[in-house]
Amino acid sequence: MKFLQTFSVARRTIFLSLGFMMVLSVVRLITNANDITSSGTISSTLRVATPILLAGLAGLWAERVGIVNIGIEGMMIIGTWFGGYGAWKWGSWAGIALAIFAGSLVGLLHALATVRFNVNHVVSGIAINILAAGATEYLSIIFFKGQKGGGESQSPTGKGGYGEFDMPFLTGGRVGSWRSPDILGWIERKHDLPLLPDLAGFARGLLSDVYVPTLLAIALVPLTGYILWRTRFGLRLRSSGESPQAGESLGVPINRLRYQAMAVSGGLAGFAGAYLSCVFTSTYRQGQTGGQGYIGLATTIFGNWNPFGVLRGAILFGFPTALKFRDEKNVPALLLVVAIVLVVVAIISFTRQKQILAMGLLFGSALSATTYFLVDEVPQEFVAATPYIVTILVLVGAQQQLRPPAHAGAAYRAGENH
Amino acid sequence: MKNQRLQRVLVTSASSLLAVFVALCICAVILLITGKDPIQAYSTLFGAAGDIKVLQGTLNRATPLMISAAAVAIGFKMNLFNIGVEGQMRVALLATAVAGAAVDLPAPLHILFCLVVAMATGAIWAAFAGWLKVKRGVNEVISTIMLNFVALSLVAWAFDSFFTADSAPGVLLVKTKELPPSAWFPDIVDRRLNGMFFIAVLVLVLFYVLVWKTKFGFQLRASGANAGAARVTGVNPKRMVMISMLMSGALAGLVGMRALLGDVHAYQNNLAEQQGFNGIAVALLGRNHPLGIFISALLFGYLGEASGRLQLEDIPKEITTIMTGIIVLAVVIINEAVKRWDDKRIQHKAALALATRVVAQ
Repeated sequence: MKFLQTFSVARRTIFLSLGFMMVLSVVRLITNANDITSSGTISSTLRVATPILLAGLAGLWAERVGIVNIGIEGMMIIGTWFGGYGAWKWGSWAGIALAIFAGSLVGLLHALATVRFNVNHVVSGIAINILAAGATEYLSIIFFKGQKGGGESQSPTGKGGYGEFDMPFLTGGRVGSWRSPDILGWIERKHDLPLLPDLAGFARGLLSDVYVPTLLAIALVPLTGYILWRTRFGLRLRSSGESPQAGESLGVPINRLRYQAMAVSGGLAGFAGAYLSCVFTSTYRQGQTGGQGYIGLATTIFGNWNPFGVLRGAILFGFPTALKFRDEKNVPALLLVVAIVLVVVAIISFTRQKQILAMGLLFGSALSATTYFLVDEVPQEFVAATPYIVTILVLVGAQQQLRPPAHAGAAYRAGENH
Repeated sequence: MKNQRLQRVLVTSASSLLAVFVALCICAVILLITGKDPIQAYSTLFGAAGDIKVLQGTLNRATPLMISAAAVAIGFKMNLFNIGVEGQMRVALLATAVAGAAVDLPAPLHILFCLVVAMATGAIWAAFAGWLKVKRGVNEVISTIMLNFVALSLVAWAFDSFFTADSAPGVLLVKTKELPPSAWFPDIVDRRLNGMFFIAVLVLVLFYVLVWKTKFGFQLRASGANAGAARVTGVNPKRMVMISMLMSGALAGLVGMRALLGDVHAYQNNLAEQQGFNGIAVALLGRNHPLGIFISALLFGYLGEASGRLQLEDIPKEITTIMTGIIVLAVVIINEAVKRWDDKRIQHKAALALATRVVAQ
């Protein structure tokens, strides 16, 4: 049953994104903001969303086994540092590997504190965040200061070499040394048509100039779904997050599972950090994560503790930032998108007899549309705050639909409940 | 009875001391591995205690830490995590800087006005999280983290768009309009120790009275110790959440006031940064008790003040941040271990008493 549910979520993701594409297409035709569905924006969304996705998956693995991981940010910080160090010494892939290793060690530290010593999960997470910030600053001074291109707060430039991917025939990737035609690119430039160029842009964005680590991160979504919902290991792991006492009574090694899941969680967060310091940019910089670990945590909640939901959340949260990177002028068009989406949700909730909610949504929609006609640009601070505001709104409005693991964050000691 | 209480106090302070000691040892190992001399580092770090200037600086740095730790601790007392002290502080900082510069009042009243504005705005921002928890059942850890970032963005935007004052040409640092001198909190030692220190101590004293000597404090502690039992005896948990969140927010508003009223006299980016977060570490080490908070705030204040000297010896001062992190982790781990050991000891004692009675019969 659970497994079927994951797949219905996957299908819903496809439907939702198609619907969203139509809204975007309409808005594009109205506003002439051609960039909002261009392949450039989509591929840049993927790039921005990758660390958020990884951090979200880190939160998912931790909470599914029953441990709240506020320390994702700290684990990411460790990941950025070790990623930067590895990339500088040996290249990007070595940096990523080193960061995953270091991240999982920190994950294990969190597990040690919470499982072995029964420390409050939030407190341990906060301690890890403090520790990670201090440790990386200290290590930077020891290892990077005085090196060529490095300094107290940044690493020397990495060697790079993470690789990019272009699909042949559809997006002009190379077959051997021959450059194949760029069919999707050709369709995408026909801006007067509705929907078609948007879909082409969407597909082209997904298939061209994609960083290989991003592909890896996306592959982790179905992989996580498979492991957690289709294997015996996953079933046991989730039992630890739902009701460890019940699992324990059936002989499930709860504590061992918690260590394993936290190692995975830390590794994912480390990967997220390394992505920032050796793929997205080529140097480690102090403060590079900028709260993305917390956005990851928000994504876990927004995605309803489901890998496909996390992917959806990461793309949604990455999209405004990507659009801003491309061209500041496109961001106001998003207000119109919000207005249309809110109207759709209002209609749905009206049919479900939730008149008050529907009225509120319509009001929000009108507000958003009016703002679109009044302002020329959206301050970047609002773009930055979007993921947090959306998460709060989801927690306020859709609390009933959210299904967190029942035991996440609660104290548990093996053998105590007999 | 008295004896037992003394015993508990001793055990508590011993475990906190042990945590600090463990952190010192681990940091010594880190220093050794990275090729620095730990003995030299610690003698520099703690040798600074002889300097009166360092001690004044310690008290000055401890001031905001004491207040933010009290803000965190009041929530902790009923198992309520207010991670949002940083955000509440930030909102209060900008609001107070703007409101304080807009009015004209005689000196003591003006300061009072500023403090009240700060407390009110901090409480309002915290009220969001309280409302979310009470009305919608949203976990306060998540909501306060999210609200921190919203506050950060909102304040940055409002500051950039509306409240930056024209600065003198050539000055790059942007600030709000400066507060009139009547709103400046006087220094005790010029430019070294601000009078807000007394406010912080007052906050801790009031915290003690409120939590341990009033009905509200009893209800607060009861809700924390056993929420179910407290509810049965007629304590309204929702009301308690809301009140403690508002109080915590009001205190959070005061955290930045030493920097604003006592030092910079205007809002600027990064003003009082991290002081809200650091309060969490202080509250944990101080075991949510005013006296413990006072001592831990002094310790962290001292580490911050004296760490600058390490730079001169070519030892990165960031070692003190690592130390802070390890102290927090060590103190909670040791507390938990001690609690288990204590439980076992009491169980053992009870079992022994029972056994002797059975034998006597």
